[in-house]
Amino acid sequence: MAKNTKTVPHYFEHDADVGIIGCGSTIEQAFEVAAQAMFAIVTNLDTVQPDVSIAFEFEEDDLELALVTWLNLLLGKARELGMIFCRFHVHHQGKLWHAEVRGEKWHADLEHGVEVKGATLTMLSVKQIGAMWEARCVVDV
Amino acid sequence: MDLQQLHQIQPYLWTLPLKPGEVRGEVLLYGSAPLLVSMDDKVLEQIANVAQLPGLVGAAITMPDAHWGYGFPIGGVAAFDAEQGGIISAGGVGFDISCGIRCLRSNLRLQDVTPRLSTLADRLFQTIPAGVGEEGALKLDTKQLDQVLLGGARWAVQQGYGTEADLEYIEEQGCVTGAVPANVSELAKKRQRGEMGTLGSGNHYLEVQVVDRIFDFAAAEAFGLQEGQIIISIHCGSRGLGHQIGTDYLVMLAKAAGRCGIHLPDRELACAPIKSLEGQQYIGAMNAGINCALANRQILAHLARETFREVFPSSALETLFDVSHNTCKIEKHEVDGRSRLLHVHRKGATRAFGPGHASLPKRYRAVGQPVIIGGSMGTGSYVLAGSSGNPAFASSSHGAGRALSRHQALSRWQGKQLISELAQQGILIRSRSMRGVAEEAPGAYKDVDLVAEATEQAGLARRVAFLRPKACVKG
Repeated sequence: MAKNTKTVPHYFEHDADVGIIGCGSTIEQAFEVAAQAMFAIVTNLDTVQPDVSIAFEFEEDDLELALVTWLNLLLGKARELGMIFCRFHVHHQGKLWHAEVRGEKWHADLEHGVEVKGATLTMLSVKQIGAMWEARCVVDV
Repeated sequence: MDLQQLHQIQPYLWTLPLKPGEVRGEVLLYGSAPLLVSMDDKVLEQIANVAQLPGLVGAAITMPDAHWGYGFPIGGVAAFDAEQGGIISAGGVGFDISCGIRCLRSNLRLQDVTPRLSTLADRLFQTIPAGVGEEGALKLDTKQLDQVLLGGARWAVQQGYGTEADLEYIEEQGCVTGAVPANVSELAKKRQRGEMGTLGSGNHYLEVQVVDRIFDFAAAEAFGLQEGQIIISIHCGSRGLGHQIGTDYLVMLAKAAGRCGIHLPDRELACAPIKSLEGQQYIGAMNAGINCALANRQILAHLARETFREVFPSSALETLFDVSHNTCKIEKHEVDGRSRLLHVHRKGATRAFGPGHASLPKRYRAVGQPVIIGGSMGTGSYVLAGSSGNPAFASSSHGAGRALSRHQALSRWQGKQLISELAQQGILIRSRSMRGVAEEAPGAYKDVDLVAEATEQAGLARRVAFLRPKACVKG
């Protein structure tokens, strides 16, 4: 789980929206940290209880589109189920991606940040830099 | 933005000259020199990319409030001809399909409201679901939601939210044709189940405003505006459903562009020929998203009315106008002396039909379409009227436009302190998100006065009235 890695979410500048960056020693870790970065815009993830587990799969063979699809499926699932996610785990075999995420139902006691509408293809990149993978894109808020 | 790259055609109109070997359509930028200087270079890069898309008619255009978006710049306008291989782009519409502003005029004066302004702000904050995770009282199943997607604001009125009179003052009388609910994913519909009648967050708001200054008395009379009058503006869009349509089709259209041999200078310009299967599917879904937004604002207008009646029993709120600023619409425009049917993308730009346009309500036909430029919660907003001979496919600015990024705003301001400072200026803010308030700090936006002035000087729309904020419910 990304929560146990040394990587932390980062952000980059965008005029109207927010650029998110996830880094890790694997593509999957980079995706997981990017998801943390995105949901940390919505609330303080340290206060979210990982009580409920959700699993899903998707297919995508383009790494960059896989990042956008992963993030947008998370947003869609969160709103569909009225949840906020705080722990993220994803792994892939070829174009098939398996995900398990944990969180809890949204409640008024959680810190109110800003709603994320969707992950965009702007400034989208998934690349290896030395021994690390970096996944980044702009999310629309 | 470095003005050295541009050529000034008129005081408020600029173009980007072609570089040797560059192949693209014309780029036109409306605005004053100070506004253009304050724009990020990315605006220029993005609009030049739009000008490379197939089937572009005329120029790819930016409004005076343009800023860096995704794919298209926000404040971007581009028209495409289906008969010439023209495209439809999800990035040219945006995630928040048909985001827009409903403006309501009241029979109340500032002096009526001032003694109970705090109570009014509190009650609006309790009544209007706003912010992350907030749901509306209305829960719809898929079948009911399909009716919303076909009926728009008309559906909402049929359910008892508002009156028939509202519909006359909404673009397309509250319901666009061509919506195909079957083209909207199940996930999009599930996301919307609890979100009808919700404001959302970010730059969305419900604001109580006072008419502070009239610029054009004839248009103000037609719009029913007087100095000292209380106005309500509601800024929001198609909520989770629209966001999910944007999400679903962004990836689909990006792949379709590759299949159709369309070179995308930026992947975010994800598009397909209007006449392609994918293009037609997106148009059907987007129109469903537009109707969702129109219904959403209709419900919110109704909730605002009920709250006003509770606090001020003799109050009456009439719809002044409802304008969308994230759309692609099929419109007839005169190009080179010929009437052509075009798909006009307006991403963060407002339609601004001039006087005499057949689609305008009779009451406004002589003066032009009401155009609303929403400013920040600390400065104010403008009501304008569409100008005759608007040279930008009848388009106008939609807001002040950001001057600082959200990250920069967060590092400069704190939500609680801002709320306190604005209260001292007589502006009451109600929000559950201190982060959201800080990101939306008035100082993070451009000078709305400059944007409105440039909009008028460029011949896009005429200033009619300036609205000063008194209370604001933020998501």
